[in-house]
Amino acid sequence: MSPFARLVRRDLARDFAHGGAWLPLVFYLLVATLFPFAIGPDAVLLAKVGSGALWTAALLAALLPVERLVRPDIASGVLDQLAVRGHSDEGIAAAKLMAHWLSFGPLLMIATVPAAALLNLDGVVLERLEIGLLLGTPGLAALGLAVAALTASLRSTGALIGLVMLPLAVPLLIFGSSQGAGALKLLAATSLLFVAGAPFVAGAALRAGRT
Amino acid sequence: MTRLSLEGIACFRGGRLLFEDLNLVLKSGEGMIITGANGVGKSSLLRIAAGLLAPAAGRVVRDGAVALAAEAAALDEDRTLFAALAFWARLDGGNDEAVAMALAAMGLAQLAPVPVRLLSTGQRRRATLARVIASGAGIWLLDEPASGLDAASLNELAAAMAGHLAAGGVILAASHQPLGLEMRELGL
Repeated sequence: MSPFARLVRRDLARDFAHGGAWLPLVFYLLVATLFPFAIGPDAVLLAKVGSGALWTAALLAALLPVERLVRPDIASGVLDQLAVRGHSDEGIAAAKLMAHWLSFGPLLMIATVPAAALLNLDGVVLERLEIGLLLGTPGLAALGLAVAALTASLRSTGALIGLVMLPLAVPLLIFGSSQGAGALKLLAATSLLFVAGAPFVAGAALRAGRT
Repeated sequence: MTRLSLEGIACFRGGRLLFEDLNLVLKSGEGMIITGANGVGKSSLLRIAAGLLAPAAGRVVRDGAVALAAEAAALDEDRTLFAALAFWARLDGGNDEAVAMALAAMGLAQLAPVPVRLLSTGQRRRATLARVIASGAGIWLLDEPASGLDAASLNELAAAMAGHLAAGGVILAASHQPLGLEMRELGL
């Protein structure tokens, strides 16, 4: 097994051992349940706002694990040990990105099926939502990782993470919930840009934060 | 041939010059113990030697793999001691046998199935040293390896260090207490 795969597996095992990996999933489903309560049992209206509501829920759910992504590994010395072994910070960040996406992207896509039923979304909308999440959640994971690495050395980052990450995620939200023809392509392009850039941003942040 | 050399190293931290023009060369089978008061830069020197901290001046040459035992154990709290050590050992190209031998060397064999979070301070310290032993690296950088260890563990540490030096390894240790091993001393 390559060092990259070992790092991904270790991060995934840690996410699920803590039970923390289930938190975004439960949060996402909870928000999907709240919307019908808040808007009322108007099936037509729910079907109309449902897609956007679920994207907003996905975005907020993606915020939850960010604080635990990098900081514990700095505190426990794991990142130092990886650096001593000559692993590049960018490589470590890429492995973390992969593990982070695996721990919430696929789960969110599965949870979208019952969530869509709660919001009275039909099969066509659900299919589009699933494709959108498949393209967009890697971008969300990349943003999360970059923000986690940038804020890792600061104190009390809870609210700061949301303030930094949510504005950057607006393009994903717009292209993801839009029904326009080229929206999915733009979503894929934005997501690709984030995924390509995040390991370098996060890697540089990890290096700069090492004291 | 394992070798560690520091040439003209200066360390600048928090706007303060901790030390400058520091030279040392350690060849196969040589160990050195760094002594000095708190805050004089012992840990910083080890981090520079490990490549984690860029020196303000000078250069570090490392011939051989490096294993660092710093203050943080770097072991996953929720995993068993064995699994947490095996993660690093496999990353270093070792196997379960190396982990078992390292655990035995530090007297931790019986604690292998215990989760890391339940270990005491001294046991954690021994686990950190077991990680270094299991790494198979030629250059050992040990930051206060004896802190929190009982008399029996101190003997195990001294035996492990003696074995490493006899096998052609290099040790650079920062410590307040004697490590029970005849080594050159460098006062910062």
